[in-house]
Amino acid sequence: MSPPAVLAEELSKSFRTVQALDRFDLAVPAGTVCGLLGPNGAGKTTAVRILTTLLRADAGRAAVAGFDVAREPTRVRASIGLVGQHAAVDEALTGRQNLEMFGRLHHLGRRPARSRASELLERFGLADAAGRAVSTYSGGMRRRLDLAAGLILAPAVLFLDEPTTGLDPAARLDVWQAVRRLVADGTTVLLTTQYLDEADQLASRVCVVAGGHVVAEGTPQQLKARLGADRVEAVVRRTEDLGTASALVGGAAAAEPEVDVATRRVRVPARSGVATLAAVLEALGRSGVEVEDVGLRRPTLDEVFVSLTGRPAQVAA
Amino acid sequence: MSTVTAAAPRARLRWALSDAYVITRRDVQHWANQPVAFAVGLLFPVLMVLMFGYVFGGAMVVPGGGSYREFLLPGLFALTMAFGLEVTMISVATDAARGVTDRFRSLPMHPAAVVVGRSAADMLNAALGLAVMLGCGLLVGWEPHRGALRALAAVALLLLLRWALVWVGVYLGLLAKGPESIVTVQILVWPVGFLSSTFVDPSTMPGWLGALAEWNPLSATVAACRELFGNPGFGGTSFAAEHAVELALAWPALLVAVFLPLSVARFRKLSS
Repeated sequence: MSPPAVLAEELSKSFRTVQALDRFDLAVPAGTVCGLLGPNGAGKTTAVRILTTLLRADAGRAAVAGFDVAREPTRVRASIGLVGQHAAVDEALTGRQNLEMFGRLHHLGRRPARSRASELLERFGLADAAGRAVSTYSGGMRRRLDLAAGLILAPAVLFLDEPTTGLDPAARLDVWQAVRRLVADGTTVLLTTQYLDEADQLASRVCVVAGGHVVAEGTPQQLKARLGADRVEAVVRRTEDLGTASALVGGAAAAEPEVDVATRRVRVPARSGVATLAAVLEALGRSGVEVEDVGLRRPTLDEVFVSLTGRPAQVAA
Repeated sequence: MSTVTAAAPRARLRWALSDAYVITRRDVQHWANQPVAFAVGLLFPVLMVLMFGYVFGGAMVVPGGGSYREFLLPGLFALTMAFGLEVTMISVATDAARGVTDRFRSLPMHPAAVVVGRSAADMLNAALGLAVMLGCGLLVGWEPHRGALRALAAVALLLLLRWALVWVGVYLGLLAKGPESIVTVQILVWPVGFLSSTFVDPSTMPGWLGALAEWNPLSATVAACRELFGNPGFGGTSFAAEHAVELALAWPALLVAVFLPLSVARFRKLSS
């Protein structure tokens, strides 16, 4: 088996009093997409900054594309692309000038840098805006240029640090599309995200990060199965109806309901998704129990953390 | 596609120079992309020539006689160099805040290239700014009287001051939380600029203030330039006044000795 494209062993890093990484382990096989999923402050960005040689670890070791990040940083830098929160483009240059500059800094000659820039501008739909200053670009265009700048040399490993944070839904889909194309070309990608659906869309493996280390790992399907499926939730108007409602909801969903008296809430796993919701609605509607709210709920990232770490995300951070 | 990483020393040097050139050229592209902002930057000191030379100039008396504009211009040359500090600081702080610095650090470029490119670009800017000011000076009746060689030496001292301030600017720019904190420095540059021999003879100030003004690094360069250009000076008899050229060399050397290592340390600290 070939060595992993990204390897981290017991990485630790603290800033003053905050322990950002605590014996962080990770192995990403070449040619795969790994998603680091976690809330703000979980340590995802610190891990990426160490793996991309921007930050030195206090302890542990890491290798990217087979090169040790502390001992051979220049070789690592020649093998990676970095896009996201912490890498950016020059606002006062045009899109083309940016890509040509980064090409030259990757030690491409003048002409290869120019043709590579044209290629990337075309590929990311920026050819028409190539001659405009980046300060006039929309958020999505800027992020696409950022992505192009990370791909000058067709890197062995691409790091995407929250690539869609702050983008509108259309721009987000654009970026996803671009990332999928790269993955099809065989690039190894390490992606950090706060969004379950983003990890689900892009990653073949997801590592959930909390408290500075990986707390769970698996395919998106495995993780979701561990977290429990969607649920139907009903809130009744009167507390005395809770017993009836619980029986009705349990019967309709063919599952054991959970009752929360304080919020007058009945919860049940939605094994058949929307069909379960319809069955619950029908049963409650016929019974005449006064209902304030019924809905299908997906587990939120906070619930993911509670179930995986036993602590709310904010505390885990 | 290939990249050079752990190549021979000669190849490394070649790449370091190429990287620094690309970084320098980036600033030139900024100027070309924003010609109005660039022109305003170059012409602002000219406005000061008009304001101080003509608006206030009539009320000024040059110690020992002579034209006030002849006295003023070397001061404004040096002040133009001092204002360059803001240019360096804004560029460095903007790159750091926008993530451009991190992008550079994630590239396989020579570690010194960013800072070498920065200082080359700033010196190019300073040389252009100084050329505009020298031209403007000639137009308003200022001229060097002691020959081309001494005039060139004065220009070299002015550029030396600017180069020393590149390191102060890099350090302060890395220290700043973002381009917004520049305002503080902009405000502080003014009293330092005025508390000097740029506009008036320090002996007309209260004693302690005059001493501060005379020992101001800016005053050293101003006094040395007046001497080398053969323009009227304030002719003081203090140590600072009598050793102007020596101090105009010593002050920048001291600034570099302090701020270059500080800048390097601050740059290293980015990865800790």
